[in-house]
Amino acid sequence: MSNTNTKDTSSLLTIKDLHASVEEKNILKGLNLEVKPGEVHAIMGPNGAGKSTMGYVLSGREGYSVEQGSAVLDGVDILDLEAEERARAGLFLAFQYPVEIPGVSNLEFLKASVDAQREARGEEAVSSADFLKLAKAACKQVNLPLAFLKRGVNEGFSGGEKKRNEIMQMLLLQPKVCILDETDSGLDIDALQVVAEGVNSQRSNDRSFVVVTHYQRLLDYIKPDFVHVLADGKIVKSGDASLALELEAQGYAWLQPSDEEGQNA
Amino acid sequence: MTDQIDKALEREYEAGFVSDVESDTFEPGLDENVIRRISTMKNEPEWMLEARLKAFKVWQEMEEPDWAHVDYEKIDFQAISYFSAPKSMKDKPKSLDEVDPELIRTYEKLGIPLIEQQMLAGVAVDAVFDSVSVVTTFREKLSEAGVIFCPISEAIQNHPELVKKYLGSVVPTKDNYYAALNCAVFTDGSFVYIPKGTRCPMELSTYFRINEQNTGQFERTLIIADEGSHVSYLEGCTAPQRDENQLHAAVVELVALDDAEIKYSTVQNWYPGDENGKGGIYNFVTKRGICHTNAKISWTQVETGSAVTWKYPSCVLKGDNSVGEFYSVALTRGAQQADTGTKMIHLGKNTKSTIISKGISAGRSNNSYRGLVRMNPGADGARNFTQCDSLLIGDQCGAHTFPYVESRNPSAIVEHEATTSKVSDDQMFLCQQRGLDPEKAVSMIVNGFCKEVFKELPMEFAVEAGKLLEISLEGSVG
Ligand SMILES: Nc1ncnc2c1ncn2[C@@H]1O[C@H](COP(=O)(O)OP(=O)(O)O)[C@@H](O)[C@H]1O
Ligand SMILES: [Mg+2]
Repeated sequence: MSNTNTKDTSSLLTIKDLHASVEEKNILKGLNLEVKPGEVHAIMGPNGAGKSTMGYVLSGREGYSVEQGSAVLDGVDILDLEAEERARAGLFLAFQYPVEIPGVSNLEFLKASVDAQREARGEEAVSSADFLKLAKAACKQVNLPLAFLKRGVNEGFSGGEKKRNEIMQMLLLQPKVCILDETDSGLDIDALQVVAEGVNSQRSNDRSFVVVTHYQRLLDYIKPDFVHVLADGKIVKSGDASLALELEAQGYAWLQPSDEEGQNA
Repeated sequence: MTDQIDKALEREYEAGFVSDVESDTFEPGLDENVIRRISTMKNEPEWMLEARLKAFKVWQEMEEPDWAHVDYEKIDFQAISYFSAPKSMKDKPKSLDEVDPELIRTYEKLGIPLIEQQMLAGVAVDAVFDSVSVVTTFREKLSEAGVIFCPISEAIQNHPELVKKYLGSVVPTKDNYYAALNCAVFTDGSFVYIPKGTRCPMELSTYFRINEQNTGQFERTLIIADEGSHVSYLEGCTAPQRDENQLHAAVVELVALDDAEIKYSTVQNWYPGDENGKGGIYNFVTKRGICHTNAKISWTQVETGSAVTWKYPSCVLKGDNSVGEFYSVALTRGAQQADTGTKMIHLGKNTKSTIISKGISAGRSNNSYRGLVRMNPGADGARNFTQCDSLLIGDQCGAHTFPYVESRNPSAIVEHEATTSKVSDDQMFLCQQRGLDPEKAVSMIVNGFCKEVFKELPMEFAVEAGKLLEISLEGSVG
């Protein structure tokens, strides 16, 4: 199913003709996307278009099957890897709905994650003391009180706190490609700025972002290089930042693909 | 993901080796003569033999209980050997230098060095191998503080007044089928006496090892904390990996006199049998403590082993203002079955009890919490709080809760909370997405679930218990 001979080193993430389904329902129907180092791509699109599915398929969640196409992350074909191997290869997904893990402290969880990733890459482990410093700094950066490091992962966090916690994880894991799935949804303006600043502080020539959002307002803070519209499982339009403004004004209806392909039941 | 987890639960039992020691082992079978022979082997006074024979008569008239939520083949009590001891122990080694090095190596392999210099600082160990105690460390240091810590077989000879007064005072012979059997055939276990106003200067612990085939282990432990004293005690247990089931039927009695405090922790890792339920230890245990005025008994148990567990460490809160606690983690996987919980019997005024039970079921196992809280008419102002949480891994296992409350005092307050949750796909995926492999993910989620209980364990052992869960869950995800 994969097609790896097109190793394109100038690209951090290349998705080619990706078809994927869940529960025998085709969701992604020929998705193409190329993300170069340092770029920020915004993905917009109607509910149910397959935006979250894209994140899950790329990060290797169970229950999603790929029928066709390829996804290459920094030269590595990731679709045959286990979820944790993809994470260790540098893929990060900020969840639309972060889940709670009661009793497991944020700090313990973060340390275990960082340790696992460093070990897999053959890097030296970070000492507990050094890690604590890093974690405190990340916690401050996303404007969460330090007590959140001791609390259970997402346990009893508000919606906004959960989203900030996702960004904190991203700051510590230092991934190559970050997919943010509606990280801005449900945030007040202060939290939105925190999230945006978190992302902006991480923008660099060797890291890229795929930002799924419904709202232009996030893109006021995180300036995208490209904006794509994902509808019915594929990218139906791409443009620059101005496309987001257009979408805000006109909605998605004018972009919906025609019905000729029919709906796969 | 169920597949993944099932695979993950296939693990090695690290303590499953057999030690190559020559043993004197009784022929299988049980009658009065066998009991006389045990008593002779132990060099017991006449009164002890009489007590054993009386218990044997009582046992013969009792029936094996069948109310527990466990299912196993009937035990043939004539097919069991009731005594086995390494030959080298016959001459009663006077010091560690005289103990068979193979025995010392056995404990070393299990992570229990018996050479005092190598031991965890501040922990004294009584090592029980099949039916005898091999060695008890730090006895001299303890006796400086007036603390008696020795095999119960020795206490029967050297401290008959204490043994006569307290043995059977908390768990009477007739209490239940296995307790009666234990009274007739018990072989070794630990005896602890902490004098008035003394804080025991070290952690005390007993490590039980079953080695010989076809033998039962009948442990008997008695801990007496005199007025205003304090002791923390830990027991651990393992056995070789065998296809036949073996019986461990123990009785443990705790006596906390006025203002005394006993903390009793168990890390139970008997061989659990294979994935299909072949082999493993039947762990049928009676543990109970009595609290006099202002006294406190705290039971903490981490149960990961045994094919079948039947165990209810309990507190009789006799004295006013006394406190009973029960903190439990019970993990079952494969075909394991556990029916465990506690009884809190409130007799005195303003008595308090806390029960925190965490049951984790994986594979095709069955895990039941069974707990009784009884408020007697005299228990004015008594309080109980019970929290009972079950965690399911996969969808072929069972978790059951049987709480019984008997309140005969209107001023008593009983609170009960119960939850059942699953290790969810979402949690697993979050962990994996952050780079953790599935085994690490499950063990971390399970450890988090058990946190409230682990924090009750003595520090050195909390780490051990966490690791034990990790090993137990190894391979539970693919
Ligand atoms: N586990 C699932 N089982 C069945 N259908 C699903 C499942 N997950 C997603 N879908 C369906 O796939 C489509 C795309 O969902 P999703 O990727 O969440 O959309 P978006 O994030 O763009 O709103 C929707 O029609 C949704 O109902
Ligand atoms: Mg979505």
